[in-house]
Amino acid sequence: MKFWDDIVVGDKTSLGDFTFTTERIKAFARRFDPQAFHLDEAAAARSHFGALCASGWHTASVWMRLMVEHERRDNAATRARGEPMARLGPSPGFRELKWLKPVYVGETITYATEVIEKRPSASRPDWGLITIRNTGANQKGEMVLSFVSVAFVERRKRVA
Amino acid sequence: MPSLFWEDFKPGRVFEHGPRRLPRDEMIAFAAEFDAQPMHLDEAAARETMLGGLAASGWYLCCILMRMSADAFVLDSSSMGAPGVDEVKWLKPVRPDDELRLRATVLDARASKSRPDMGLVRFGFELFNAAGEKVMTLTTSLMMGRRQAAAS
Repeated sequence: MKFWDDIVVGDKTSLGDFTFTTERIKAFARRFDPQAFHLDEAAAARSHFGALCASGWHTASVWMRLMVEHERRDNAATRARGEPMARLGPSPGFRELKWLKPVYVGETITYATEVIEKRPSASRPDWGLITIRNTGANQKGEMVLSFVSVAFVERRKRVA
Repeated sequence: MPSLFWEDFKPGRVFEHGPRRLPRDEMIAFAAEFDAQPMHLDEAAARETMLGGLAASGWYLCCILMRMSADAFVLDSSSMGAPGVDEVKWLKPVRPDDELRLRATVLDARASKSRPDMGLVRFGFELFNAAGEKVMTLTTSLMMGRRQAAAS
């Protein structure tokens, strides 16, 4: 992770993609969102979705997974250069999450994130906050997911 | 046939569920799959983080909130899913084996002009830990089928 000080509003990062197979969709739905249109092909065909589709919480959780995987690769590269790296802190929450289109079986969603705001933390001088807009698009380039989240990022140690 | 339709969600109506325990192994399994950061995975490493110890991923809490809502009323309703979530706040770390309670309050309900077969119901969801502290809030509108549409 870059230090908060080095993050620039407008920074865009491509996070990679994920394919929502029948097995993955149903396994997630069974645990967390067992509505018929996420679990059962026949019931989904009769629903307004028209076919089996992934839980929105699944498509959002995969964003986090790809974000973490990206950070891991990025940190390995930073470590290889022998440079110090910042810690990513927890998030106080998110807003404006939109499930813009259903994600059907077999669709591949490509995720990205963009920094839209940054500010120092008032209560924690070693940390800053970034606001990021996170998106997922399907193989046709249609946006299926969008939300705005906030996270703590460590600041550079100030030299006395 | 579900028993709850759009017409049944009057502002002020409350649905409650729980307590539901969050077993340590399930909490860590979710983190390993979706949010593999030290604060969600490893007790010793988590003590060095801002959360001060192993804590649930916020996304895990969203998923648990979904599951508790499903068990509380969604699976017995004419739910058609949700277009999104207005806002989520993670207020306090949730620890392994804590027991959560859910409270869902209907904030308002409006019919859809373009889709006479459905309406939107806006909910305020709250999760509380075993000590009674509020750990998370979530505001969202769910799409619900109307009773008349189901009968016709």
